[in-house]
Amino acid sequence: MSETTHDEPVTLSGAASPDEGLAPAELAARHGLSVSGARPGLAEYVRQLWGRRHFIVAFSQAKLTAQYSQAKLGQLWQVATPLLNAAVYFFIFGVILEADRGMSREVYVPFLVTGVFVFTFTQSSVMAGVRAISGNLGLVRALHFPRASLPISFSLQQLQQLLFSMIVLFLVAIGFGSYPDLSWLLIVPVLALQFLFNTGLALIMARAGAKTPDLAQLMPFVMRTWMYASGVMFSIPVMLADKPQWVATVLQWNPAAIYMDLMRFALIDGYGSANLPDHVWAAAGGWAVLFAVGGFVYFWKAEERYGRG
Amino acid sequence: MAERRGEARVPTVIADDVHIVYRVHGGGSGRGSATAALSRILRRGKDDAARGVREVHAVRGVSFVAYRGEAIGLIGSNGSGKSTLLRAIAGLLPTEKGKVYTDGQPSLLGVNAALMNDLTGERNVILGGLAMGMSREEIKARYQDIVDFSGINEKGDFITLPMRTYSSGMAARLRFSIAAAKDHDVLMIDEALATGDAKFQKRSEERIRELRKEAGTVFLVSHSNKSIRDTCNRVLWLERGELRMDGPTDEVLREYEKFTGK
Repeated sequence: MSETTHDEPVTLSGAASPDEGLAPAELAARHGLSVSGARPGLAEYVRQLWGRRHFIVAFSQAKLTAQYSQAKLGQLWQVATPLLNAAVYFFIFGVILEADRGMSREVYVPFLVTGVFVFTFTQSSVMAGVRAISGNLGLVRALHFPRASLPISFSLQQLQQLLFSMIVLFLVAIGFGSYPDLSWLLIVPVLALQFLFNTGLALIMARAGAKTPDLAQLMPFVMRTWMYASGVMFSIPVMLADKPQWVATVLQWNPAAIYMDLMRFALIDGYGSANLPDHVWAAAGGWAVLFAVGGFVYFWKAEERYGRG
Repeated sequence: MAERRGEARVPTVIADDVHIVYRVHGGGSGRGSATAALSRILRRGKDDAARGVREVHAVRGVSFVAYRGEAIGLIGSNGSGKSTLLRAIAGLLPTEKGKVYTDGQPSLLGVNAALMNDLTGERNVILGGLAMGMSREEIKARYQDIVDFSGINEKGDFITLPMRTYSSGMAARLRFSIAAAKDHDVLMIDEALATGDAKFQKRSEERIRELRKEAGTVFLVSHSNKSIRDTCNRVLWLERGELRMDGPTDEVLREYEKFTGK
């Protein structure tokens, strides 16, 4: 490469016009130009996001399909994976460790499987959220769309994944003597609330992960700790009977435990309302709204900064 | 070449002293070993360079005004900041300093990142269209055009196969066809003309001329002086992130060719 000789750009296409001599900002204002890549207002942002709803749904379905497209058994893995997961957890915690204290086998097996699936739903939403922006920089740097589409789309993918798992869950519940009844209808609001909570959490993690990609390495440990603290494979009040009461209360009120307990209450005949903490529905709704709204606003605040390396 | 001299010129893109800085993690002096990473963490709180974050100043203080009806070519050697500048104009990369003002939403002709190799061509057309902000009805209306334009189905029913089974040329053609299916106000094209065989290149140049007619302003990044000469009436020459020259195509290309020693 030769020496750079021109320091100043040579402008040859200047023309005399009323715009002559205006500063760039004044010229932009005069012709109604707006700053490129500026963050829209919150209401406008929600409107844009709604406009992209078809993309959000299509993207989540595409991701779901692409996941197993190379496997010989194909989409059968959507059901086989959770089934194998449930079998492993049952073998370790039900047979070897006998964590089923105070519960009959008819209750414990569906109790465990429900816990695993419901927690996995939150766990995988968080993990997908961390990588939603940092793992899709190519997409973010190539196309224009409200960036919240990505974490929302990934949570939606996990929701669809969970719906496949629910088939396994229903079979397990029926197999251990809990037959479909009216209380099964409660599954719908529980899933809706948990989805809201997960999406909010994914939005928060997406912003954090965009700034600090290292979180993707750290989060598995955080999530595992959270899992063991949420009573996925044991009943919190029974296991912590000899500890101070407040420990069990705090653990029971954590959102993951609340959604798990509600799902078990809805599904399992032998798991009555006595196992639920007080005001459980209020807590489930409160966590969902708090995280969905808070997470959304938090994510939107950095909208114009996503895409920088 | 400045044919609009005298009549009222409407600016569509104003770049005001634009600076863009990439921050690259793990590109520092440490050779990526664990001890190097640890010592970087211990040195935290000092400046970025000490922490192994390297800054790449890709665009340094570029200013220009683009007007409606202009087709602007961006030239410069590899790594001179052309693509980065386009992304900043599109609002996809945040600027470190300075501002870009635009009329409406400029769009980059690039849909590659939204497509998935494990999906069929058919589903990728729909996904890519949605990613560019088209509605389902628009996509349905243009679906056949996109497939015909790409020529994917000329050698059998390939559109219903996963994209990973396509040859690289076929995949590139489908990507270009999807990207070119939408109409744009300010359109930016980044080396899109180099895909496919000679027949497809001709077809895509035609499509770009069509898009130019519909778009207010077109930006074209290319290393082919011929395609710049064929399509552009103004050229910005970037070198090391700085705007070296801005003017009518012939004058700038003459200087550029002198510079590159052609």
